[in-house]
Amino acid sequence: MAQARRWYWQRISAMVLALCVVLHLAGMVWAVRGGLSAAEILSRTQGNLLFAGFYTVFVLACAVHVPIGLVSIAREWWRWSPMAAAWFARIVTAALLLLGLRAVWGAYAPGA
Amino acid sequence: MRRNDHRAHGHPSWWAFWLHRVSGLLLALFLPLHFLALGQALRGPGALEGFLRFADAPLVKLAEWGLVTLLALHLTGGVRLLLIEFGRASDLRKNWIAGGIGVAFATGLAFALSLLS
Amino acid sequence: MQDKTLDVRIWRGQGPDDGGRFVDYTVPRLDSQTVLDVVTHVQRVLDPTLSYRFACRVGMCGSCAMSVNGQARWTCRTHVAKVVGGDGDVLEIAPLANLPVVKDLATDMTGFFDKWARARGQFQGAQTRQDDFARVSPATPERQAADAGIECIGCGVCYGSCDVVQWRPDFLGPAALNRAWTLVNDVRDTARTDRLRAVAGDAGCHSCHTQGSCTERCPKGIAPTLAIAGLKRTVARAAVKGEL
Repeated sequence: MAQARRWYWQRISAMVLALCVVLHLAGMVWAVRGGLSAAEILSRTQGNLLFAGFYTVFVLACAVHVPIGLVSIAREWWRWSPMAAAWFARIVTAALLLLGLRAVWGAYAPGA
Repeated sequence: MRRNDHRAHGHPSWWAFWLHRVSGLLLALFLPLHFLALGQALRGPGALEGFLRFADAPLVKLAEWGLVTLLALHLTGGVRLLLIEFGRASDLRKNWIAGGIGVAFATGLAFALSLLS
Repeated sequence: MQDKTLDVRIWRGQGPDDGGRFVDYTVPRLDSQTVLDVVTHVQRVLDPTLSYRFACRVGMCGSCAMSVNGQARWTCRTHVAKVVGGDGDVLEIAPLANLPVVKDLATDMTGFFDKWARARGQFQGAQTRQDDFARVSPATPERQAADAGIECIGCGVCYGSCDVVQWRPDFLGPAALNRAWTLVNDVRDTARTDRLRAVAGDAGCHSCHTQGSCTERCPKGIAPTLAIAGLKRTVARAAVKGEL
């Protein structure tokens, strides 16, 4: 049943990501006009709860969606064993959660 | 037993699969770097600014455009899959493949124009 | 007048342990000629040791399925003119992919039909001959979904075209899953829960990546991809409801 669970969570996270990515891409196309600067970005994100909330959801959805896709590739294209692929997934999940939430915090935390 | 080669793969749905998988893989490789770069903000605005100035290089801008396009491609391909799996598609929706690629490149173009403004 | 000829490469192998190789033949090229005609000519005139399968030779039984220039087809329904361009082009004929080779162009279909059984591809009813006929309207969405897939004759073309079958040897495959879908939509069938469990396992419908090669190549115009998508939906719904 593991494949069924993986499929289910990947589709659910995909639906969440579809929404997040559309908003993110729109935001980036808008934000990148006239160049980017740290001051500009941070002035928008620091202390902004909406920003933090949205990107936390984004990071969580990525942490679900990306490892499942990578496991398929690892098993089917790289011929990894089920155990190797499972550990790979765990490591990627942990890395994405750690780095992603750290990045959200870095941009949200007021004053540095 | 015999295995299939590229001659069995020459049809749109297969290419849509391949594009979706490869774009996902490339994005997965990029994502930790993206998080690391943003996490630089934790070291203060100076550190983030330093990275952004590095990112001013034309090659980096090209890569950014590439990533935006890959993300949009992965998104539109994924939406097609969600519609086939959860909707009531009566065929493989090959027209959505073309439409999806179009939307993805339009998004990339919008981003490129913003970058250049 | 110079009679036209056709260069053909045919896969020859003694069995599953023989690596096998292509052997070249030259056959007369005729105006209206199928790939099966070519194979038949080679076996009857040039090399009687060539082994291959066929039966009806009119596109009804599916026995003659082979890999023609790398794509799975019914050889009796494939005109040479369709797969060979100008003079000098070579026609390549090999056994179906993803199946063990018995000899030359004949594959062992045992695994293919075993998976059919594992996917619970058999009808199970509750009525007896003493009961009245079941009344099933052809217009209902379920019956239309079933009708879209019941013409499958188990030729193996879809199975031989699927990459996931190649990557995951346990994967039940498009034909077995398509058959399961037709039965899931059969209101007379009583084995629905068992069947959904059978296709929900790790070798089941969730491994399909919607590559669509099966749908692309099916000589009967069936879309196993969509049947499998239907199974994914139905299994998810049943699982969420706790039925599985």
